[in-house]
Amino acid sequence: MNSLIPLLVAAPLAGAALLLLGGRALDRFGHWIATALAALSCAFGLVLFFDMLGRDTEHRAVTERLFSWIPVGGFRADVSFQLDQLSIVFVLLITGVGTLIHLYSVGYMAHDERRRRFFAYLNLFLAAMLILVLADNYLLLYVGWEGVGLASYLLIGFWQHKPSAATAAKKAFIVNRVGDMGLSIAIMLMFAEFGSFAFRPVFSAAGDASEGKLTAIALMLLLAACGKSAQVPLQSWLGDAMEGPTPVSALIHAATMVTAGVYLITRSASIFNLAPDAQTAVVVVGAVTLLFGAIVGCAKDDIKKALAGSTMSQIGYMIMAAGLGPIGYAFAIMHLVTHGFFKAGLFLGAGSVMHGMNDEVNMRHYGGLRKYMPWTFATFMAGYLAIIGFPFLSGFFSKDKIIEAALAKGGTEGWILGTCALVGAAVTAFYMTRVVLLTFFGEKRWQPDAEGHRPHPHESPRTMVIPMVVLTFGSLFAGGLFSLGDSFLHFLEPVTGHEEGHAPLSAFAVSAIATVCMAAGVGLAWLKYGRKPVPVQAPRGSLLTRAARRDLLQDDFNHAVLVRPGSALAATLVFFDSKGLDGFVNGLAAAIGGLSGRLRRIQTGYVRTYALSMFGGTLVLVASTLLMRSV
Amino acid sequence: MSYLLSATCAVPAVGAVVTAALPAGTGEARRRTTKAVALAVSVATLGLAAAVAASFEPGGARYQLTESYSWIRSFGIDFALGADGIGTALVLLTAVLVPLVMLAGWHDADPAAAEGSFESKRRTQGFFALILAVEAMVLVSFLATDVFVFYVFFEAMLIPMYFLIGGFGDRAGGPDAARQRSYAAVKFLLYNLLGGLVMLAAVIGLYVVAADQGQATFGLPALTDAISSGKLVIDPTAQRALFLGFFFAFAVKAPMWPLHTWLPNAMGESTAGTAVLITAVVDKVGTFAMLRFCLGLFPDASKTFAPAILVLSLIGIVYGALVAIGQKDIKRLVAYASISHFGFIIMGIFAMTSQGQSGATLYMVNHGISTAAWMLVAGFLISRRGSRLIADYGGVQKVAPVLAGTFLIGGLATLSLPGLAPFVSEFLVLVGTFTRYPVIGVIATFGIVLAALYALMLYQRTMTGPVKESVTGMPDLKARELAVVAPLVALTLLLGVYPQPLTRMVNPAVDDTLSQVHRTDPAPVHPVAANGGEQK
Amino acid sequence: MNPVNYLYLAALLFTIGASGVLIRRNAIVLFMCVELMLNASNLALVTFSRMHGNLDGQILAFFTMVVAAAEVVVGLAIIVSIFRTRHSASVDDSNLMKL
Repeated sequence: MNSLIPLLVAAPLAGAALLLLGGRALDRFGHWIATALAALSCAFGLVLFFDMLGRDTEHRAVTERLFSWIPVGGFRADVSFQLDQLSIVFVLLITGVGTLIHLYSVGYMAHDERRRRFFAYLNLFLAAMLILVLADNYLLLYVGWEGVGLASYLLIGFWQHKPSAATAAKKAFIVNRVGDMGLSIAIMLMFAEFGSFAFRPVFSAAGDASEGKLTAIALMLLLAACGKSAQVPLQSWLGDAMEGPTPVSALIHAATMVTAGVYLITRSASIFNLAPDAQTAVVVVGAVTLLFGAIVGCAKDDIKKALAGSTMSQIGYMIMAAGLGPIGYAFAIMHLVTHGFFKAGLFLGAGSVMHGMNDEVNMRHYGGLRKYMPWTFATFMAGYLAIIGFPFLSGFFSKDKIIEAALAKGGTEGWILGTCALVGAAVTAFYMTRVVLLTFFGEKRWQPDAEGHRPHPHESPRTMVIPMVVLTFGSLFAGGLFSLGDSFLHFLEPVTGHEEGHAPLSAFAVSAIATVCMAAGVGLAWLKYGRKPVPVQAPRGSLLTRAARRDLLQDDFNHAVLVRPGSALAATLVFFDSKGLDGFVNGLAAAIGGLSGRLRRIQTGYVRTYALSMFGGTLVLVASTLLMRSV
Repeated sequence: MSYLLSATCAVPAVGAVVTAALPAGTGEARRRTTKAVALAVSVATLGLAAAVAASFEPGGARYQLTESYSWIRSFGIDFALGADGIGTALVLLTAVLVPLVMLAGWHDADPAAAEGSFESKRRTQGFFALILAVEAMVLVSFLATDVFVFYVFFEAMLIPMYFLIGGFGDRAGGPDAARQRSYAAVKFLLYNLLGGLVMLAAVIGLYVVAADQGQATFGLPALTDAISSGKLVIDPTAQRALFLGFFFAFAVKAPMWPLHTWLPNAMGESTAGTAVLITAVVDKVGTFAMLRFCLGLFPDASKTFAPAILVLSLIGIVYGALVAIGQKDIKRLVAYASISHFGFIIMGIFAMTSQGQSGATLYMVNHGISTAAWMLVAGFLISRRGSRLIADYGGVQKVAPVLAGTFLIGGLATLSLPGLAPFVSEFLVLVGTFTRYPVIGVIATFGIVLAALYALMLYQRTMTGPVKESVTGMPDLKARELAVVAPLVALTLLLGVYPQPLTRMVNPAVDDTLSQVHRTDPAPVHPVAANGGEQK
Repeated sequence: MNPVNYLYLAALLFTIGASGVLIRRNAIVLFMCVELMLNASNLALVTFSRMHGNLDGQILAFFTMVVAAAEVVVGLAIIVSIFRTRHSASVDDSNLMKL
């Protein structure tokens, strides 16, 4: 049965290779091959899942070693997969949502001439993401880590003829590379410390290392997580990444890839648990991003960017939960899964709206769409209610657990985190209500597109609707299912460990407060956007709104602090290289040439000059001989 | 005694002479014969190199398939050849790249392409004969086990390289292309001659010191054995001077910052194929020789200078990458990227850990393959538009998707994407450096961000965005060009996923080198118990 | 007579010859001055031979004469051929080797 594990990865990888090398011949049906292989991978995942459930808890984790990858001295990197409870959760999420989004893309990309290539990249992404979650050592994880980065680069920049898309893709890759640097340093630290970077040996030996070393490793892992999961301060790429086709935003930049940071931290629990300072850093990053993303989400008029802000914020919740230690890991993953469902559903809904509206993304140009797109509206509403934490839907369960865990942290810290989480919940309700009101309610504010075509909103084809409906079920019921008898928690416990927190408030009180916060957010949004007509042109807005529209000045900051000095440095060095180093060498050559030119003048061509120098020379010789003899 | 090694070196040498002597003429048929002969010779060399690799036993003696012919008896000079793991890997690299370089430069020496450069009826013959001559000399350098023989061929390869750079440029040069090209060729020659002269003094010095103590030989195994067994003791001052003499020559050839400025000129002005020969093959002789000669002959001096060299190579990594970011010329950008990579290679060698040195050796091979892919595709691009300036391109992916795709793969390999070959070597070098010099290792890691910047910026500016008028109608890769790129891409992938054939060959040689300098890998602080918790 | 006086004469003759070489431009005069210097040294050699009582100096003087004779043949030939082509015997005009 274990031999199925490599096949999980191999199926989409083969699809990518086939579609990329297959050429035009596959243009007509290549997308179905890709979708079938994704589904196949999903089927393998399900088989493995049920196989795992059939074993008792101790024997659930299995390892499948394929071959030795890089053996040099004490450095042993293997291509070796490990399937445990944590991995299988991700496998099912990735292949499940992945398959649905393949299906959706069949309709969404129907008219794109490069559709075959798009599906090849999607398959490549699935393979890389599966490697990431199945690796049994950090170096193989790194392969998946950068592999998803590559897929993300290719897919964000899929419409390369648009300069904005190409720039966004490059930016995403480079910001991610900064994070990747953290991951490589972490691996190097582990190797220097333990002589290994495979999960089991490192985790079992973690207790031997000094806290300082562990903190360093953990902080480097956090840097990696920040890059991939778009957490402050490496968050700036996610908003721009919305340049990619919408299915990509749903799959990579909402449901799966961006949550890899949460996976990394949860997977490295044994290290983080022993490095409290690093955990504090994780919590701070999570809490800051949670609010940061929520604020940005409130100000964006671009539906996808608003959702991107929301993604950032929701991942902030997960990171914060993961930073809380054993009281939070399982809840971080639970929120990750439910978020995967409802955020993917929301993005697919947004894609469906754009599909019907001539690719318009400005929500101020939507309005009243609920009658024209009933299915999209219904599924979007389900996702909306789930994300704001409407009682007894998915988000309600997972988010409340995180708020509870934050409060359970105890002391002032607990109260601060809890408050952040609650404020975040209110703001989430506000911006999501805003999205829904602007898009589906109110009057029509439709504008003709650049070529003057007025939009004729219509429901999307069946291939697009079915995935949205399936995800709706996840959005509605996943949280409840997971919470039934804490089944999800107990399933994950052998990997992540769990401690029951002692919240100062009862679970019911937390839920009640969270629900009140949510209601406040919804009400506020309704007052602002539901009660009165929404202007087509965005009003100037307050200072905060304007800053939030510019992603709280993150790009301006990066530009001023990194990009401009960086390019100035590069220009200076180019100048130094040609005028300094090369100038020195060329100057030396010129000096030697010049000196020779001078020396040549001594040769006048007159015989008597030569004769005189001969006489002079003789005189000097004779004089010195005499002088020497007399001394 | 087998004749495999001498045959491997002799085939391209004889091939060069034959190619040069083929009937002259500018007719299409004559030229095609010339090219076919040259290509056949290089493929035969590849076959021989494969035979060398196949008969090499990774677990066996350091030098295998050894041959020795007495040359100058009174000075103890033998024409001695021997293959070790490191040399064999590089012989394979050379043998693989030369046929591809020839295919890529199939029309570079055609009369139509010769505007502004020297015209001759033997132009085509000359071009291909020179490439074969370079190949032969490089192969001898990788296989020589005699210091003097190595020196002779190390220097002699400057002659064909000089003519390749000065005589054959790409069509993209400006009005003063010929002048620029001769400047580049002279600069290349002067730099390397200077290095070579210093090395000659050191070679003689080494002989004098060794002869004083009764070891009158240039044989490398004999010398290293004498040094490690204490029969030959070079006093520290002399050792440092000799080390610097050798190292200077290799650092010029490699090239290491700040001796690098000849490389951008040479690579920029020559044809893409010649540029690949320079950076992927000829420069490797420099880094290879550091590993084989500097460490083996002067272990103590190597250790003394290692920190300083590491700092220089670190500067090279960051500096090369930053200057690459600021380039306007595609080929010069690739050249500066190579300078950054050479920094990694030298760093790996002088970190003196098994990961560092194995990584450095793999890096030589992987950099050769990946840069060849990147540079040759860039050459195809340049030959289509006739300009080397990045600003003259834009939106190429729309009109020539395969070209753009392979160019991207080359770029991704250059930025060491995991799964592609350069990642393996770069990570090994970083880890190997980190375990001994953590700070240097961490700073060098910045290189991976900078590499992403220059590689992706180049791709973005040339390939994406709206299609520029100047590139509309640009044809995609032709069958010949695909035949050049496909093996390189395949190798990049293969060696990225399964580098074991190389590591198996290289590791024993590296371990031997490390024992020569009396260095062992730093042990982990808290080693995991053998197979601790690992499930097999 | 004190042989040292011959040495003074030789020195005087040599100086005259040397100054001539440095000052004059006519190739023939130059040539004569060179001959004067050679003969001055011949005189000195013979005097030394006399002073030291052996024949070394005289033998050396013979050598000088032979070399001088050979030199005269070659030198005069060059001067004549230069005069024929350039219609000048001035040494300043023959500076073609200078770049």
